[in-house]
Formats: sequence, C-alpha cells, structure tokens
Amino acid sequence: MGLRDLTATEQIAELAAGRVSSLELVDAHLDAIARDDVEAFLAVDAEGARARAREIDALPERPPLGGIPLGVKDALSTRDIVTTSGSKMLEGFRPVYTATCVARLEQAGAVVVGKTNMDEFAMGSSTENSAYKNTLNPWDHDRVPGGSSGGSAAAVSAREVPWSLGSDTGGSIRQPAALCGIVGMKPTYGAISRYGLIAFASSLDQVGPFARTVADAALLLKHMVGRDPMDSTSLEWPAPIDVPMATDLAGLRIGVVEELMGEGIDPGVKAAVEVALVKAEALGATIVPVNLPTALSGLATYYVLAPAECSANLSRFDGIRYGPSAEADNLLDQYEVTRGRLFGPEVKRRIMLGTFALASGYYDQYYGRAQRVRTLIVREFAQAFEGVDVLASPTSPTVAFPIGDRTADPYAMYLADVCTIPASLAGLPAISIPCGLSDGLPVGLQLAGPAFSENRLLDTAHALEQVIAFDTRPPGLAT
Amino acid sequence: MSDLEPVIGVEIHVQLSTRTKMFCGCAPSFGDAPNTHTCPVCLAHPGVLPVVNGEAVRRALIIGLALGCEIAPRSIFHRKNYFYPDLPKAYQISQFDIPICGRGEFTAIREDGSELKVGITRAHLEEDAAKLTHGGGRRAGADGSVVDFNRGGTPLVEIVTEPDLRSAADTAIFLRQLRQTLLFLGVSDCSMEEGSMRADANVSVRPVGSQTLGVKTELKNMNSFRFLERGVEAEIARQREIIASGGHVQQETVHYEPDTGHITSLRSKEESHDYRYFPEPDLVPVAPDPAWVEQLRTEQPELPIPLRRRLVDEMGLTQEDAEVITGSPELVAYFMEAAGLADPKSCANWIRGELRAQLRELGQEPWESNVTPAHVAALVGLLAEGTVSVPAAKEVLAGVIETGDDPATVVEARGLGQMDAGDLSAIIAEIVNANPDQAQQLRDGKDKVMGFFVGQTMKRTGGRAEPQAVQALVRAAVLGE
Repeated sequence: MGLRDLTATEQIAELAAGRVSSLELVDAHLDAIARDDVEAFLAVDAEGARARAREIDALPERPPLGGIPLGVKDALSTRDIVTTSGSKMLEGFRPVYTATCVARLEQAGAVVVGKTNMDEFAMGSSTENSAYKNTLNPWDHDRVPGGSSGGSAAAVSAREVPWSLGSDTGGSIRQPAALCGIVGMKPTYGAISRYGLIAFASSLDQVGPFARTVADAALLLKHMVGRDPMDSTSLEWPAPIDVPMATDLAGLRIGVVEELMGEGIDPGVKAAVEVALVKAEALGATIVPVNLPTALSGLATYYVLAPAECSANLSRFDGIRYGPSAEADNLLDQYEVTRGRLFGPEVKRRIMLGTFALASGYYDQYYGRAQRVRTLIVREFAQAFEGVDVLASPTSPTVAFPIGDRTADPYAMYLADVCTIPASLAGLPAISIPCGLSDGLPVGLQLAGPAFSENRLLDTAHALEQVIAFDTRPPGLAT
Repeated sequence: MSDLEPVIGVEIHVQLSTRTKMFCGCAPSFGDAPNTHTCPVCLAHPGVLPVVNGEAVRRALIIGLALGCEIAPRSIFHRKNYFYPDLPKAYQISQFDIPICGRGEFTAIREDGSELKVGITRAHLEEDAAKLTHGGGRRAGADGSVVDFNRGGTPLVEIVTEPDLRSAADTAIFLRQLRQTLLFLGVSDCSMEEGSMRADANVSVRPVGSQTLGVKTELKNMNSFRFLERGVEAEIARQREIIASGGHVQQETVHYEPDTGHITSLRSKEESHDYRYFPEPDLVPVAPDPAWVEQLRTEQPELPIPLRRRLVDEMGLTQEDAEVITGSPELVAYFMEAAGLADPKSCANWIRGELRAQLRELGQEPWESNVTPAHVAALVGLLAEGTVSVPAAKEVLAGVIETGDDPATVVEARGLGQMDAGDLSAIIAEIVNANPDQAQQLRDGKDKVMGFFVGQTMKRTGGRAEPQAVQALVRAAVLGE
C-alpha cells in the first residue's frame, strides 16, 4: 500500500507520528497528478505546493490538517493560480484573491496542489461541458465521472489527492461522488462562505468536500463552516462539526422518498440502495416510506431559477476588465463577439433560458411561479422531517454513463440531477456515500437532513459506511 | 383649446458621503487619480459578493424619516440588468418593489411664506455606476471611451417624488430646500457640480382640470438648480407648442443645452431596456430593528423648514433672515448660540449683514473666524446699552475679526466708546455756529442738509457718535426743539 492509498485522516496521523513529511506526501500525489490518467486537473501548482509543504514541515507544530494535499475545483478563486471555471472566457486568468473556504483550509494546513476540471461554469452533469477536456471515470475510462465537479471526484477516486473541494448547485458534488464511488457532501446553504466561488446560481451554490471516507469529509467540512463577513448569506455555525464515531443507528428514523425510488431509477441502482437500507435497519434504524409529491417538479423549477440567476451572474464576463477579449469596432460587437466565441453551447443555452424567464411579461409565469414551487418544496421537506430524521434516496438515477451518450440531448443530461435537486432547492444538507455496485459501477446513496443537521447526517453515513464496507479503489488503478 | 398646466415629478440621486462604498470596503472618492479606489468586489471579479454598508442603511433611514416616509420593516435588493461598461457586474444592485423608505411628504416654503407640499413616492438604496469619459463629443462618434471605477459602487439614495409640482419655479424651490434638508442631516455633500446630487425631472402638460397625466419626457442630469429650472421651463414651453400645433409629445429622454436654451432628444424610450429585475440572491433582506429606527427618529436634528418657521414665529426674524440663517447647519448653530445670549433679531441682523460682509473679503465663514457667537452677542449688548454707536460697532467688529479679542476690549483699546452727551452737544454747538448758512437752510425746512451736520459730527468724533442722537442734538441746537 502506498502513501496515496491512505485516507486523509491516516495521512495526518502519519505526519503527526513523524513517519512521513508533508513534502513526501505532496510529491507522491504530484507524481500521480503528473500522469493524471483520468484527466482530472486543469492546472497544477507543483512548485507552490512543494514550497508550502516545506514551510509546514519546518513549523514547530503541525497545523490540524498537517500539510496534506488538496484538490480544488476550478470554480474557486485561487490567488495567482489560473482559475477558469472550465471556460475559455477565463483562459489564463490569475485571480488576485483566494476564496474564503480555500484560505481557511490553507490556514488549517491543507496544501493546494491544483485546480480540477469541471463543466463550464458548473453547468452540466458529466464534466463534458468543460471547455478544455473530458475527465474520465476512474472505474471505466469510457464513462463520465459525473459533474459538474467531475475533476474533483475523479481525482479523489483515482487517489491523485486524498480529498478535494467541489461546488454543488443542483447535485454537482453528490452526483459525481456517486458515479466515482466516493463520499461527497453539500452542506446547509450558508454553511460555507461562497466568497470566491465563481457564481453559477447564487441562491443554490454551496461548496463542499469530496473524500474517500465520511470521517475525512467531516474533517474538511469542519474547517470551512462558519460566518464570513464577505458573504452576507453565510451563517453563524451553531456547533462544531464532529468527526463521526457512531457505530449504530438505534432510534434513527429514515424516510425513503418514494418519488425517487420509482420510474426512471435504474433497477441496479434501486437494488443497491435497498440493500443499504436493510443494513441500516440492522443497525437499529426504522425505515419508513415518505412522500415528497412536489420533488419531481424540482427539476423544472431548478431549470427556471438556476438559469435566471446565471443569466445575471455571467453578464460580468465581457472581456473588458479581465479574461480574453475579442477585437471589435464598437461596444455591441465587443460584447457579442467576446461572449459569442468564448461561452460554450450549454452556457449559452442557460443564459438564454434565464434571460427569457426574467423577461418583462414572462417573469410571473416562469421565475415567479418557480419561486412559489420552491417554497412548496421547502414546506414538504419540513413536513417530512416532522416524522423522520433523515431522508434516503439514490443520489443518481443511473450509474456512470458512457462519454458522449447524452451530449446531444440536454434533457437526458438534466435528468441526472433529478434526485439531488430537491435538497438544493430547499437549501438542505445532503451527503452521498457509495453503497454498492451495479454492473461493476458504483452506486451512491443520498442521505438528506434538516438544516444544520450535518453532524447527524455524518454519523448516519459513517455508521452505514462501516457496514457497507465499500472498496473505493477502482479496479485496475495504477499504483 | 383649454389652458394647459405643467405636471412635474423629480427623481433625485444623492451620493451618501460614507467612509466606504455601498457593497465593499473601498473609499468613494472624487477627483483622485482614476481607478485608485477599487477592489475585486467593485470591479466585479469572478466569485466576489456584495456586503451591505450599514452606515448607508442608517443614512437612508435618516433621509426617509426626514421626508416622513414609511420605513419598510423588511426591504430587499434587486438586480437591475443591463450591459454597459460603467456597470462592471452588468447589473446594478438597487431596490425595486420593496424600497427601504416608502411614501412620505416634504413641505417646502415659497418666498411669500406659502407652503409647497410634495408627495414622496419612495427613497431607495442603490449603488452608483462608474464614470465613463468618451473620446469625443457625446456618445455617438466618440473615438474611444475610458472608464474610472472610483465612483463605481458609491452608495446612492434615489428619492422619487409624486408628480405634484406645477411650475419650474416650484421645482427649483423644492429641490433647493430638499438639498438644504439633506445637508442638515449630514448624509451627503449634495454638490450638483461634483455630481453628488443629481436631479432628473419628468415633465408633462395636460388641460387644466384634467386628472389624467399627459405623455412625459425625462429631463436628464442638470448640474445646477438654475439650469434645471430653465430646462423645465423650456421643456414646458416646447410641449405646449407641440400640443398647440396639434402634435403629440413623444415619450423620450431630453437634454437642456444651457448655452442655446434648446431642448435636444437623447434617446427614445422605445429603445429602453427590459431590466429583468429579480431579487438579489447574494444579499439578505434589510430589516432594521424598530427600536433603532425610533432612536434615529428622536436623534433627528431640527430641520431647516420647521426651524425657519420657529425663527419667524418665535424669535422675531423676517422670512428673509430665516432663509439666510438656515443656509447651513453651521450657521444655524452659530446663530442659536448668539441668540441665546442677546436679542435674536439683532444677532440675526449682525450675523447675516455686517459680519458676513466683512468676512467675505477674507473668504471665511462666521464659524471659522475669530468672532465667536458670544462676541456677536456682546457687541449687540454694547449697542443696546448705547456704549457704542452703529458705525463704531462696525469698527469694533473689524477689530474682533483681526484680534479675536472680545468687543469690550476692542472698544477700550481703540477708544470707540460712545461720547458723553454733554461733550457731543458742545461739539455740535461749535459746528452749528461755524456753519450759519447750513443752519439757515435747516430752519427753512431743507432737511437734506441734516446729512451735512451728521457727517461733520462724525468727522469730529471719529465715528463715536450715534447718528440718531446727533440728529436730535442738531435739531435742538438749530431749531430749539
């Protein structure tokens, strides 16, 4: 077993015991990143990472995260490290500041090794909308890793980093975590500062961790949550995130969302989820069916609200203050040629959808109505949580699909997020853990809870993780 | 055709003179080197977020309270979307359907003392755009444009009135007194020249007695009240002419050219944008604590309009005195201090008259000068006691301005005290005897010659005689009155 096979928690323990240095750990991962068999990285800061590792190794006392490597989704601003959000619009762009969540992790001893691939501006579910390259699923290189945080998920699965950061708007952490057989969590909206996260849909975007164990995900989360004066929507965090220790689920009531276990869910996925639920029952949990009647309208609601917000969020990209710029004779051409050439087709589709949804005369019919449905979904979750502690469902209706399979059919691609979108709309925390295989590919179990229930969700996921005993190592992964 | 009446409403943008911008920590600035007050937030770098400036909220509330507005318990921000290089996010964060300050009313006072009531529709918070400078001429045909983001993100309060104004003159009175009120609140520099206060007027005309509004035009960006008044006047005349000749007014934005007095069209409203307003998801609602709002209400300074009334009704000042004294908060404070120590009307006379006249040459305001309000009161006291004459008092004042000594000391040092009545009578008797021709003229009823005697007396006494007393003594000596 090599250094890269150690979980983050194990790597920190090795560092603490003095059996390995941060530089050795960083080098071991940089070697794998240099090969990058799954095309997970867009930018690598080998020199910066090594320098930081040396600094940490020289400290009299190791910081809590010890000096172990971290992959960061390219949607997060990193000072002096090229940050593109997967778009040609920001090709070569070096930010002047670092996102709050990344800065907090660096402060705690994380070493940023590079920026991971993603769907352009986080719009997509396969990472195929990256303007730069496709990332490959470590379990099957002909398949997608999911998206939009596909690079971060694949990098953790392929053990190029022990953990990484993603962002989740409608499922962009949970779905790729499921497809790559790792743990991914979207915390409560407002848990982690969005300052420095290049916005897709501001009312939905949340940063979150990828790791190979629930405990590692908890540890990363622990160092990011809390109020940030730079983000008005960030929340004062009520109690620290604990590293989960639970070994049983006695007294826990788990609701199975019936609407997300029926039509459209692959039988193999459904079967793996059901097996996991039986294991939960064996640990003492009560399993009850729960209905979220409006949940399936979540997809339509999301595809009005998220494009509406993105149509404004992406307007700042005009080639005037930063990023590449088209040569033009007049202002209108400057805008049209720059944006016409540098945005990819999915981004343009969503800008147009959103612009239409906000247009005078259509606002009530689309944006206004979608907001009302969103309120309805929030209420349905609140009602459901009167009877249960945790809601369970598949994370993704299918396992990883072949590269190119859905690129011609945007709607088929949008369906990949049908299970993850409802919790996003309600701003609730949700975690995906691997719960088995279907056709040799990982299946994700999604657990969602009420706002601020992170600790209970992590405990539940941890206890289940122990009995599921999923082997996160993709077959045939080079050592 | 029936008579046409103008209907005018105004929109006023007031830049708040806060230490930082509306949504970031940069200092707003005027006149500094371009693009030196910027940060990732006000340049709209990827990933940045706005954070509301609490002081701007406080000032918006103060303005709302002064305008009698309903304060919204919970107001929200909206994004107003449009592409332009002075707007780095390509949306302006503004307020839309729930502004921080709702309906209110402002009462101005015309020169004749009559009230001019103007309904306030709303006052909301927003951010200013950056400053664009075009290479040549106006927009069309410019060689190139440069943008200075120093101004971008400066906090603005936009005040919108009801269409309650009926003349260009009233519009100017309202705006001047609104500005004065804002200055008293200490929320803005309110400089039209520097653009920290900007006013647009919506102008239409309609038959007298009609309740419906005519088609309006928007008169943009006047940089002085004088031009605004003339512009509104010119636009009313233009619209009247159009209607008189059977035409229709087009809804459009117009501009007044001060040099020619002409109205020109800037752009037709038909090309106007669909701003696609929607709630700003990056900000939480503004929900001021009601106790705080009450505290702001009680802390409100006395505002110029009610103060003006009090100065006239309770302190015996004329409308004109009151208008001058309420010209600035500093002058009010100065006057009030003096008026607490001596007769208010006399204090007002001396402050707005001789004191300001003498200081004007030095380029000083009363509160910046050597003359304290207590000095003014002391001088008024010396006059009332008859210790000094009016002409001597002016010299005393000059002495105080020069030295900062109190008036009694100046009187002593310069020998400016009023002459003893006996000494004065003796001097006058001498002058009358030496000028028999003039004395005869006075006996013949030619009162004009009195000036000669007063002048001679002042010359002999070095101004230490009170002119009225001199006149009485001359009459006594010549006519035996």
